Amino acid sequence: MRILALISRIIQQLRKDKRTLALLFVAPLLVLTLMYFIFDSEASDLTLVVTDVNNRVIELLDESDFDISKEETYSIEQMTEEKMDGWLHMEEDELVLSLLNDQPSRSGSVKVLLAQTFNVGNVAANPSINTEYVYGDEETKIFDIFSPMLVGFFVFFFVFLIAGIALLNERTSGTLERLLATPIKRFEIVTGYVIGYGLFALIQTIIVVLYSVNVLNIVLEGSIWLVLLINILVAFVALSLGTLLSSFASSEFQMVQFIPLVIVPQVFFSGIFPIEGMAEWLQQLGKIMPLYYASDALNGVMYKGFTFSDITFDLLVLLCFAVVFIILNIVSLKKYRSI
Amino acid sequence: MNVINLQHVSKSFKKRHVIKPTTLFIEEKKIFGLLGPSGCGKTTLIKLIVGMLKVDSGEITVLGKQVPNASLLREIGYMAQSDALYSELTGEQNLEFFAKLFGFSKSERKDRIQYAANIVQLTEALKVPVSSYSGGMKRRLSLAIALIQNPKILILDEPTVGIDPLLKKSIWNELERLKDEEDKTIVITTHVMDEAEKCDYLAMMRDGELIATGEPTELKAQYNAQNFDEVFLKIGGDL
Repeated sequence: MRILALISRIIQQLRKDKRTLALLFVAPLLVLTLMYFIFDSEASDLTLVVTDVNNRVIELLDESDFDISKEETYSIEQMTEEKMDGWLHMEEDELVLSLLNDQPSRSGSVKVLLAQTFNVGNVAANPSINTEYVYGDEETKIFDIFSPMLVGFFVFFFVFLIAGIALLNERTSGTLERLLATPIKRFEIVTGYVIGYGLFALIQTIIVVLYSVNVLNIVLEGSIWLVLLINILVAFVALSLGTLLSSFASSEFQMVQFIPLVIVPQVFFSGIFPIEGMAEWLQQLGKIMPLYYASDALNGVMYKGFTFSDITFDLLVLLCFAVVFIILNIVSLKKYRSI
Repeated sequence: MNVINLQHVSKSFKKRHVIKPTTLFIEEKKIFGLLGPSGCGKTTLIKLIVGMLKVDSGEITVLGKQVPNASLLREIGYMAQSDALYSELTGEQNLEFFAKLFGFSKSERKDRIQYAANIVQLTEALKVPVSSYSGGMKRRLSLAIALIQNPKILILDEPTVGIDPLLKKSIWNELERLKDEEDKTIVITTHVMDEAEKCDYLAMMRDGELIATGEPTELKAQYNAQNFDEVFLKIGGDL
């Protein structure tokens, strides 16, 4: 009987909480749909540039599955700019294959397909190909590619939750209302929050970055200062988004519900999974997500050795996200005090 | 002189009238009691006066300035119905925080904290985290916070709920002293009828409407009642 009382109370409570119910039933569908599109997408064709290689080889390559482009002259710079997977060329009578290696799995595929093509064509006279790597080397592991993104992800995740719950507590305990009965200005509250929690986010960022690089030996080609700068911006975006969304939550429980809606989709678009093969509209979806820019910048600096000028755009976008969210925060406080 | 004027003020939430058009004047240096059952709109009316809610129609002026006005927030000491305190911090840290919001210097803060804590008899417990305070201590700390900036007007939403009779008496003595010696205007809400006797002037509310105003003795005479329970029941009519 008492068990029944408990069961019916739980049903009554949950039926009142429409949001939780919706999340319980709909959020898995959302995440599954995203995963369907991401894993179902076909890998795009491998792209290969060929310069001054003998015609026999070119004929063979034309028949293969490569997306071939023939150029008179070519350079590594052009290759990185056009994001070609490979460049086959002659150097001092030896065949050289330069691999971009921004995704180690694609580099592997290029090597396998090339070996197959030469086998079919029986190019036995062509003994060895020298392989060079633009980014990383033969040892590059998948983890090297997405560990920079993971660093950004964890900074985002924890700062988002902690800052969101902190402001939520202030709302539910009534202290926010009490605060707004003093002459404090709305922008002062938001700025105080951003700087106060920003300090802790900064310390967290420093610990995470130093640990990843020094203890876990995650590759770091570029400057550690840039990595810190990117992550600080990520923390600000997470902080301002967390506090903003907390105004749409009435309990910690509802705050946690934002994880599948806000955090999980960002993971799918942040570079762990290849998105080149996805439908165009789906790729565009990634561009409204802060973590897309964060991981692009982090991957650039940590793996590809990018400098400040290479990631300026990403940094600017992240900054814009933070500024917009902060302004929205200030506006949303109007709910508590009209001035 | 009236320090608070309400002219035809009304407020509704989701089409439900919480405050029906109300006109009310509150004189300075008086203890003004807003009396009424729970849910009659007392808290809403108070939030309108403080400027935390916006009126739908009508006009409120406090100290001659139209509400909402940022400079008025300094002149109003507000004590909310629920204790809005930072429970991780000590009583002193709570007071210090609010004192800083009003821009007091370090030495002023020390004086103000001592003064406010002394009034509510919390000096001994200042170094203790609020999480281990009793319900009454939390109410007293909330009152101390309302006093911290030495405001001209004190607006207290059910300040004596959960406080034992002895402390209640001392708080009332202090409110009267604040009124007499420091010229403060005090607006207080209550649904405890014996507190109504202590107010200089009363407004009785029901269902978002003012149903009677006047001095306690006037009201009692008018309704031919011994105490305010009776007045209330008579005004309630068929209840």
